[in-house]
Amino acid sequence: MEGEVIIGLEVHVQLNKLNSKLFCGCSTDYHDDDPNTHTCPVCLGLPGTLPVINKKAVEYAIRVALALNCVVQEETLFYRKNYYYPDLPKAFQITQYDYPLGLGGHILIKGEDGERVVRINRVHMEEDPGRLVHAGTIDRAKYTMVDYNRCGMALLEVVTEPDLRSPKEARAFLDKLRSILDYLDVFDGDLEGAMRVDSNLSLAGGDRAEVKNISGHKGVEKALNYEITRQKNVRRRGMKVVLETRHYDELRGVTVSMRTKEEAHDYRYFPEPDLVPMRIADWVPRVQEELPELPDAKRDRFRTQYGITDDHAKSLTSEIKVANFYERVAGKAPPKLAAVWVADVLKGELNYRDLSIENFHEDQMVEILKMLEREAITEKGAVEVVRQILDEGGSPAEIVKAMGLGKAEDDAVRVAVRAAVAECGPAVEDYRGGNEKAINFIVGQVMKKTRGRADPGEANRLVKEAIEEL
Amino acid sequence: MITGEDVDHISWLASIRVAENEKDEFVDQFNTVLDYFHQLDELDTEDVEPTYRVVELVNVFREDEAKESLPQEESLRNAPKRENGYFKSPRIV
Repeated sequence: MEGEVIIGLEVHVQLNKLNSKLFCGCSTDYHDDDPNTHTCPVCLGLPGTLPVINKKAVEYAIRVALALNCVVQEETLFYRKNYYYPDLPKAFQITQYDYPLGLGGHILIKGEDGERVVRINRVHMEEDPGRLVHAGTIDRAKYTMVDYNRCGMALLEVVTEPDLRSPKEARAFLDKLRSILDYLDVFDGDLEGAMRVDSNLSLAGGDRAEVKNISGHKGVEKALNYEITRQKNVRRRGMKVVLETRHYDELRGVTVSMRTKEEAHDYRYFPEPDLVPMRIADWVPRVQEELPELPDAKRDRFRTQYGITDDHAKSLTSEIKVANFYERVAGKAPPKLAAVWVADVLKGELNYRDLSIENFHEDQMVEILKMLEREAITEKGAVEVVRQILDEGGSPAEIVKAMGLGKAEDDAVRVAVRAAVAECGPAVEDYRGGNEKAINFIVGQVMKKTRGRADPGEANRLVKEAIEEL
Repeated sequence: MITGEDVDHISWLASIRVAENEKDEFVDQFNTVLDYFHQLDELDTEDVEPTYRVVELVNVFREDEAKESLPQEESLRNAPKRENGYFKSPRIV
């Protein structure tokens, strides 16, 4: 189709749950530290040093490859990718080339027209380059400052086939990938630089542009929407989109041409002579065995085991912590009710406050659900309790008491009903005269007297009773 | 055959400036080295698997243990220029 959008992604995922970097023992826990305080002769690329592969990094990489339905290769090895750029002190990056760790996978995402398969071309391991800090914007900075704390962190590159058809689908892919990585416990997506995305985007019939430097799943829609508009405008002016690399400037929300010379892609790959190949096929059965239940499987199980809707099952399984929280609640309270209150209410209130599920204890949720079940509070009241716990803390029972959220006791309602009927003579007459709606006025008085704590349906019934008894 | 253009390209990739009057010398040297290796082309390697390395070792790993890193001062000791604990480099885009 003319003008159809074609997107492929290269996602860089930091295996930041490891203790040490990919080829040296420097700690991965650098995020709050000063620049260049987590480096050593190996990751600084000093002469005479030798890299040694972190075994657990390989294990994590296999885990991810299998979870993305890739085939883990019999033999896999590292290459040197040569380029001269200050983010790599060695002037080459140790990465994989024609023997990557995993090939040919796929995952399911929520596409523009329902569920769709996105093919994964490959998953390979490499070392993270250092972090460049530019004084001002990248295309105007006078010089560059380099922090090598990140340099040598274990990175996975996940490359998709060009199967995505809109920025929204690109976002959905990244959300799903993040969810899977979260389940695999190899990656903390909240840390800075944990997920970085390069993207190839073209309009059907035209050349593609590579957009680099998209940080994480939130920026991707904005960056790609900008790029689509740019390419459409280029076409409208009767010009051609040229094959080039563009840098996404998050602050300005635009992509900028990097004006790289075509020669720059001459990476002169050759096998890394300091590292021996990895034959890891015999690890695969064990790693496969140890894989946790993944989001899609959990979602299906939640639906059948707890009898909840697909939307709820999906919402509850996108983060492993939320899924585990729900299961603990559902073990102690009615699962369907729990699904509504965790997925629709609690998650919304947490998102609104930018808080994680750890800020709420499952017993608090169970207590709220029990109160709802025995109709000790209204739904409106229960929402107030959730908000109060998040904002001020406290136990549900105390909050209900302190804020007067409990449903009014029956006799208090009856007293209010009798008083309202006595005070509203004309309305009572109207009702008796056949005006059904007149009753609403009296019920309104009951609600007013009980400060909203009476159940309106119950009050309605009692008012009718009281009038008949008159 | 390596030409003057190849020398320009290689010097650009390596970020090493080669003066105009040095170029011919490099052309000659590159060609001498390549000619030497071209002797290998005389052999019939039709049924020989490519060799990536001469040792047969595989699977050399280390455990995932964090060790102490260098102090910042040590890391930066060879840096020609620095600023606030960072290596300072020319802007290369």
